[in-house]
Amino acid sequence: MTEEIIKDVIIGESEDYIINVGPQHPSTHGVLRFEVCLQGETVKYLIPHIGYIHRGIEKMCEAITYPQIIHLTDRMDYLSAHINNEAVCLCVENALQVEVPERVKYIRTILAELNRLASHQLWWSAFGMDLGALTTFFYGLRDREKILDIFEESFGSRLLHSFVMPGGLMHDVHPNFQKGIKEFIKYFRKKLPEYDQLLTGNVIFHQRAKGIGLMSKETAIAYGVTGPSGRGSGWSCDIRKIAPYSAYDKVQFNECLETEGDTFARYQVRMREMHESLSILEQLVDNIPEGDYTAKMKPIIKLPAGEFFQRVETARGELAVYIVSDGNKSPYRIKFRTPNFSNLFVMNTITSGYKIADLVAVSGSLDLVIPDIDR
Amino acid sequence: MNSISKYFKDMFGGISSLWAGMRVTGKYFVSPRAIVTQQYPENRATLKMEERFKGEIIMPHDENNLHACTGCGICEMNCPNGSIEIITNRVPNAEGKMERIIDKHIYHLSMCTFCGLCVKTCPSDALAFGQKFEHAVFDRSKLTKVLNQPGSSLRKEAKK
Repeated sequence: MTEEIIKDVIIGESEDYIINVGPQHPSTHGVLRFEVCLQGETVKYLIPHIGYIHRGIEKMCEAITYPQIIHLTDRMDYLSAHINNEAVCLCVENALQVEVPERVKYIRTILAELNRLASHQLWWSAFGMDLGALTTFFYGLRDREKILDIFEESFGSRLLHSFVMPGGLMHDVHPNFQKGIKEFIKYFRKKLPEYDQLLTGNVIFHQRAKGIGLMSKETAIAYGVTGPSGRGSGWSCDIRKIAPYSAYDKVQFNECLETEGDTFARYQVRMREMHESLSILEQLVDNIPEGDYTAKMKPIIKLPAGEFFQRVETARGELAVYIVSDGNKSPYRIKFRTPNFSNLFVMNTITSGYKIADLVAVSGSLDLVIPDIDR
Repeated sequence: MNSISKYFKDMFGGISSLWAGMRVTGKYFVSPRAIVTQQYPENRATLKMEERFKGEIIMPHDENNLHACTGCGICEMNCPNGSIEIITNRVPNAEGKMERIIDKHIYHLSMCTFCGLCVKTCPSDALAFGQKFEHAVFDRSKLTKVLNQPGSSLRKEAKK
């Protein structure tokens, strides 16, 4: 590929057509540019250009304390903000060897699953809209609104809720929390079949999605494509199963795997994950134990010198947090392994040879969140 | 023969799948009970935000114009973006000792990310979240606010 790029871009010898997709594109909820080389309508290769909204979150974290880091992780993958927060909190708690109360573990797991549902609903809406089905956007956002209302009632913010702190939660959940979730489960169980009627069975959608963007299991592992995108290729990579954290060891759920590896398989994994998330919520919501909402922590958190690592499963894949501490109240170095960065760079491999219209379908099926890539 | 039957099967299968989707949208088109949108600027009189909604940071004052802020500066220290500035004065109290009293609690709304650390860590519960959310102004300097009202002073029983 490198020789081709030199020939095309630097010398300008080739007859191929090079166009820019982006920097702004409706399929990606951020700013990303694809430099696409086309032969007619067929994609020859593709170079992603990133960094348009790089804010230097990792470097900023080196200057602030551990509780303050939490609100910056919201701004990485804003659609699974709670899960990002939880990753840092778990890492800090592991380092301090603090045992958080059972109540905190249950509430964190419930929030993570609600966040995953909200994220998948938005993905479903936007994915349908990318492929020309405008209706899905209204139906998906209508149901997502119910989850955001639960969030707003308990933590006061809808999208970026820095609700967890190292050691527990910011404050206890609202008294209506359990009631709201039970109502939502009942509501969404009825609405989920509509999703299938609107989009899953649609013949136009089938022809746009089936057999497009084939990703083999080897490719997924080689590029580190985790989350529903990797599981659509048959790679069992669910951190909730491999290394359970919070209350995931207390619930029964299936890891959703598809073996086809095309756009439709990745779609199916996410649709099945919504059912699994609902069943996890059903198991947990009635069993929240009573107790404190936070463990006893010192007012100024200082980690012992050393290296600490924690990984969690966000709505898009594996998020790993790696902290190097020198014993001060802020980290010496913090590194986030974000899922979208790996998921983006498989694009070149899985889109070359397909048509330019399929590029939108494939990038939609990978569910990219650009702030998470740029950080 | 086989290809012809497949052709018709595909065609009718496609039509039935489109019909399934149209049935869902048609159902909502004729049932007005399922309307979920709110007419926002029109419903301002009845619109009530949640009790915990993070609209802005306020300092609650009681009817005697008293607040609970001692000017300790913990909120300023905990703020990750530097959106809180505290200016204190040193004045002698009744016993003749110099005492720290808050002069201005400056809050930059334009820098605030609503993480809630100031409200959480305040030792005397002097800060709270307000429900106001319509913050659009024509000049950025209007987003810098002084939270303690003019002439207000520290509530005495709040000191322990």
